[in-house]
Amino acid sequence: MSHKKYLRNNKLPHIWCPGCGNGIVLSAFERALEAADVDKDKTVIVSGIGCSSRMPTYMDFNTLHTTHGRALAFATGVKLAHPELEVFVVMGDGDATAIGGNHLIHAARRNIGLNAIVINNNIYGMTGGQYSPLTPTGMKATTAPYGMVERNFDLCELAKAAGATYVARGTVYHAKQLTDLILESMENKGFSLVEAVSTCPVGFGRRNKIRGNYQLMEWVKDQCVNVKAAAKKTPEELEHKILIGKIHHAPAEEYTACYDKIIAIAEKEAKR
Amino acid sequence: MAAFRKEIDLNLCKGCGICIDICPKEVYDRDPLGKPIMERDENCIYCKQCLLHCPDFAIEFIPLKEGEADGK
Repeated sequence: MSHKKYLRNNKLPHIWCPGCGNGIVLSAFERALEAADVDKDKTVIVSGIGCSSRMPTYMDFNTLHTTHGRALAFATGVKLAHPELEVFVVMGDGDATAIGGNHLIHAARRNIGLNAIVINNNIYGMTGGQYSPLTPTGMKATTAPYGMVERNFDLCELAKAAGATYVARGTVYHAKQLTDLILESMENKGFSLVEAVSTCPVGFGRRNKIRGNYQLMEWVKDQCVNVKAAAKKTPEELEHKILIGKIHHAPAEEYTACYDKIIAIAEKEAKR
Repeated sequence: MAAFRKEIDLNLCKGCGICIDICPKEVYDRDPLGKPIMERDENCIYCKQCLLHCPDFAIEFIPLKEGEADGK
């Protein structure tokens, strides 16, 4: 019997398919929270809709399961009402970049103190394997039986351009590194985003003729290049590669702190 | 080296086989349901790759108490 301190052990086993990367991300996330020794009552975990968004169900914190794509909007409300809380937002790739794309770029622009974890399994898993904006070009999905024609987003570059102050990418194969990146993102005061490249053996692997749960993880690993190693490589060598590690860190003033200043100014004006 | 005792909760295990394939020392074998059995536990080097990559929280490493044998 598993006795994880931060899990609702009575809810296990979880609903995810055998070999699903979400479980590995959850265990990496749980280890990061354990290492940071967070207070259960001072931590909120918000999620949207999707396979990955089942995650708060298994976590023993104040959790919030919201509407599709709007996890960041709800989390913004939580953080503004109680800036002292540590707020995590768990989203899937379709949740964060397609349906909640606008919420993502504006949360990044405001630099509000949320820790977003985007689990990228390249596909909409729960609804049956439709392609998402993060499905790599040429890969097959239910709605792209001959291969994805569209170009895909680079989520980390998107978040960086939108103004996120901490951006990192890990994978389920590099589970130890993923824990370290989540831990590091918690130290950043503003908006931090960690993209966890995950695997969907049923919706993505099987359809793309990558058989086996471990083989799919190896397929992800073979595309990965660490950002430090990538600095020495040419752009041709980095084509179709995934950069992993800490991609961007530029601390800036956090939104709720700015908002408190405005409240102080407004109160001063009102008294005059 | 710190020694551990491994425990696999077969009620949580879904038989994805990641632990079997990721193990560098081939400690596990597949049972008919695809779930792991500790066939060559004496080869274990406690790298914890199976623990880190188990999606189902089924594997646990329990530190051995003083004087307890690790089965090697």
